Amino acid sequence: MHRNQEAPLVEIRGLTVDFDGVRALHGIDLAIARGEAVGIVGESGCGKSVTWLAALGLLPARARVSGSVRLQGRELLGVPPAVLDEVRGRRIAMIFQDPASALNPVIRLGRQVGEALALHRGLGGAAIRAEARRLFELVGIPDASRRLDAYPHELSGGQNQRVMIAMALAGNPDLLVADEPTTALDATIQAQILDLLTLVRRETGMALVLISHDLGVIAETSDRVCVMYAGRMVEAGPAEAVFDEPLHPYAQGLLAALPPLDGPRRRLDPIPGTVPPPGNLPPGCSFAPRCPRRVPACDHVVPALSEKVPGWAAACIRAHGPAMADRRAVGA
Amino acid sequence: MTAPLLEADALVRLYSTRRGLFGRPTTVQAVDGVSLAIEKGRTLGLVGESGSGKSTTGRLVLGLERPDGGRVRYRGVDLPAPGSRDWRRLRARMQMVFQDPLGALDRRLPIALQVREPLDVHGVGSASERAARTAELLAAVGLGVHQGQRYPHELSGGQRQRAVIARALATGPDLLVCDEPVSALDVSIQAQVVNLLVDLQAQFGLGMLFISHDLKVVRQVSHRVAVMYLGRIVEEGEADAVFAAPAHPYTAALVSASPHPARRGRPRIILAGDPPNPAARPAGCAFHPRCPVAASVCRVESPALLPLPGGRHVACHLAQDGAQPLRAAV
Amino acid sequence: MLRFLLLRSGRALLTVALVVTFAFVVLRLSGDPALLIMSVDAPPEAIAAFRRAWGLDDPIWQQYLRYFGAIAQGELGQSMRDGRPAIELVAERIPATLALTLPALLIKLGLGIPAGIYAALHRDSAVDRLVMVAAVAGFTVPSFVLGLVLVLVFSVQLGWLPSGGQDGWLHAVLPTMTLGIGGAAVLARFTRSAMLEVLGQPYMRTASAKGLPWRRAVLSHALPNAAIPTVTIVGFMVGSLIAGAVVVESVFSWPGVGRLLVVAVSNRDLAVVQCILLLVAVTMVTANFVVDLMYGLLDPRLRSGAKGGH
Repeated sequence: MHRNQEAPLVEIRGLTVDFDGVRALHGIDLAIARGEAVGIVGESGCGKSVTWLAALGLLPARARVSGSVRLQGRELLGVPPAVLDEVRGRRIAMIFQDPASALNPVIRLGRQVGEALALHRGLGGAAIRAEARRLFELVGIPDASRRLDAYPHELSGGQNQRVMIAMALAGNPDLLVADEPTTALDATIQAQILDLLTLVRRETGMALVLISHDLGVIAETSDRVCVMYAGRMVEAGPAEAVFDEPLHPYAQGLLAALPPLDGPRRRLDPIPGTVPPPGNLPPGCSFAPRCPRRVPACDHVVPALSEKVPGWAAACIRAHGPAMADRRAVGA
Repeated sequence: MTAPLLEADALVRLYSTRRGLFGRPTTVQAVDGVSLAIEKGRTLGLVGESGSGKSTTGRLVLGLERPDGGRVRYRGVDLPAPGSRDWRRLRARMQMVFQDPLGALDRRLPIALQVREPLDVHGVGSASERAARTAELLAAVGLGVHQGQRYPHELSGGQRQRAVIARALATGPDLLVCDEPVSALDVSIQAQVVNLLVDLQAQFGLGMLFISHDLKVVRQVSHRVAVMYLGRIVEEGEADAVFAAPAHPYTAALVSASPHPARRGRPRIILAGDPPNPAARPAGCAFHPRCPVAASVCRVESPALLPLPGGRHVACHLAQDGAQPLRAAV
Repeated sequence: MLRFLLLRSGRALLTVALVVTFAFVVLRLSGDPALLIMSVDAPPEAIAAFRRAWGLDDPIWQQYLRYFGAIAQGELGQSMRDGRPAIELVAERIPATLALTLPALLIKLGLGIPAGIYAALHRDSAVDRLVMVAAVAGFTVPSFVLGLVLVLVFSVQLGWLPSGGQDGWLHAVLPTMTLGIGGAAVLARFTRSAMLEVLGQPYMRTASAKGLPWRRAVLSHALPNAAIPTVTIVGFMVGSLIAGAVVVESVFSWPGVGRLLVVAVSNRDLAVVQCILLLVAVTMVTANFVVDLMYGLLDPRLRSGAKGGH
């Protein structure tokens, strides 16, 4: 973990997003270092996708975004579109959940990838086709040269997601943001795509932000994990530590609610109640009404995300560094 | 052992599809000789990827679709023709829960009325008895009286699925077919509904067919589990045993590909190739093009589902001698 | 592909046959041509002779078969009024109609499509609201009302333009505008909703995410998709080049096919009416056929099937 050793690649500070006057994101702080793999996990509506769509200026116009998003010190929020176009695809690429609808149905795949190559690598003509073919081969698309002339509907979901990854790699980005990249795919195909993402990251040295509702997917691909709840980050720390002994009661609850795949069966421990709607959050900690460790103070203040152990933070007044954590020397 | 609640024998379902505007129709074998049995108070989990035929199997079992071959027996008697009076009467005993509760509920009616509807339709008891039974059903799924007065859109996804389950239970069924009942729900809510289904089974002695792509959830609720691939069952057995020590290479890959925080860092079996296309079923064992241990026999001969020691059934040439082919290979 | 063409051609022919039959039935049911043309006071012998001459006293099914057989051989009959071939009468009116409808089509396309695109790109802006109001007006205000309003303003009040007749291009301005403005409003609305639908698609977000400037994303990613539904309505407009001006030609007493149709109907001049209806049916069906081919060109999902893939 090289968090504090160099300036972060991307630094998000106090990022808020409002939709029609309702706050969806309540001030997110997050730094991504060069080459690291960060998983962002949370349930639907927690703001995990909105954070990155806002950072890249991809939200619809009715969204009000404020705060700061810096790429190597350069502010991205509120800059002219032309500046963002230089960043998107070239410095930070993004892929999405449903590859079939994320690709344009009436344009050949080779051209869709070629567009990115022309934009970011200044290639033209035959060079584009050759490079697109190389990318297709890199991401494991069989019969690559024929697939360049295919349309999205002629490929399976897994192959289309490979095309999306090839397109994302076209600009040699420093960071790839993958928003639920395997949610629409079957289990065996999900394994292929996660494997490919890990492989690509190892070969290119780019950083990866993987957004998913699936704790297992995050656990398999990330060095560091951020847990989000109701538009706030509630825990952030090394993947191993967070999954072994989460500090925040919500993170603990998520893990306890997950059926095990081996060992003895136990009754699941669901989190009671439901996520509060964005327009109607409780006054204090948003999780307090569902929290087994709630104390009266939880209803009054919104707890800040604070480091409990170096490199490991939680937004909970009841959370302290776990007994185990000191011994394990987190982040070593 | 008594006769199973429901028995399906060599079910076959064919679909005719046309690809594109100019394509010719082709016949797809969606379900190809599936046999299964569901016992009272027990759950059979049915897992598989898209195109495996698991949902079609669920509909065949309930008689919502007519099989092109094979038969379904409920308590030893053949299922009457779909749509007939006998079938409708029987349907009160067999209910289905789908993935999307919002689609299964009527947006214009409060939840309690919808839970009560089957009681009115089947003329169960007096009006006051039906009201009492409705409250009882809502309570059984963890919904309060005030929630019963709400409309579907006023409830959360988890609460809606509870309402759907309450309605399914209204006629006192003894068989429940659940098709991806928790897949659309968030993790924390998933656990609530999974626990509810387990509790209801214990309370009412329901037999369940639980269809899902999520192995974790299937293992949590199932006594036995059947794994489907391209319309056929390739492995069947005790749920814990199948997941702990898969005998079929496909099951092994599926288990290994199932991500779980407790299993991070373990080596995974990554299958090559795309999910299979039911319209172009490979010769021999349908799994052989993706199978890491396929032998020459697998390319020509389709393996039968044969018993292994320990009450397991496997359709794999290489598993028949009792070995676990993929384990040896990894 | 061949199978597709045969299938579509067969369906097109069937449509035309249905239109022809419909025209035959409606016209025979709605009055006796002999009485109308010869006038009620004509001597009964004259009426009987007229009927015999035109075959009107044969059983209705014989008339139908004869009529159908004639059409199949390209024989469209003669006007009962002056005995000239119906096709000739119709053909000499076509240029006048096209002189209105072709420029009107250009107005529809040139005004409607850009307005729709602009409105979609600047949703909820003043221009968008204007386009929407205009589109609703275009849908709801009948063309004779719009025509009369234009006449009131430009002919009666301002005296800039003539209100009717065909005497130089100035006379064509008002009828063309009447046709064009209404159609442009309709087309703007269709284009706008097609664009809005497309702009909300995930692939537009993908285009932005890969760094494509918005203008280029709209041009190369949104327009080809939005064109698919828009082609339908444009096809319909092309299909009504011949017959879309009936009302407007009447309002402005423009001697085109539409006026001929009105006159022929009121005279029960069967051959002429049938000839026009056949012409309308053929243009409509042809336009539809072209639209279907365009779909295939614009949307690869419709022309796959034969190819491999998944």
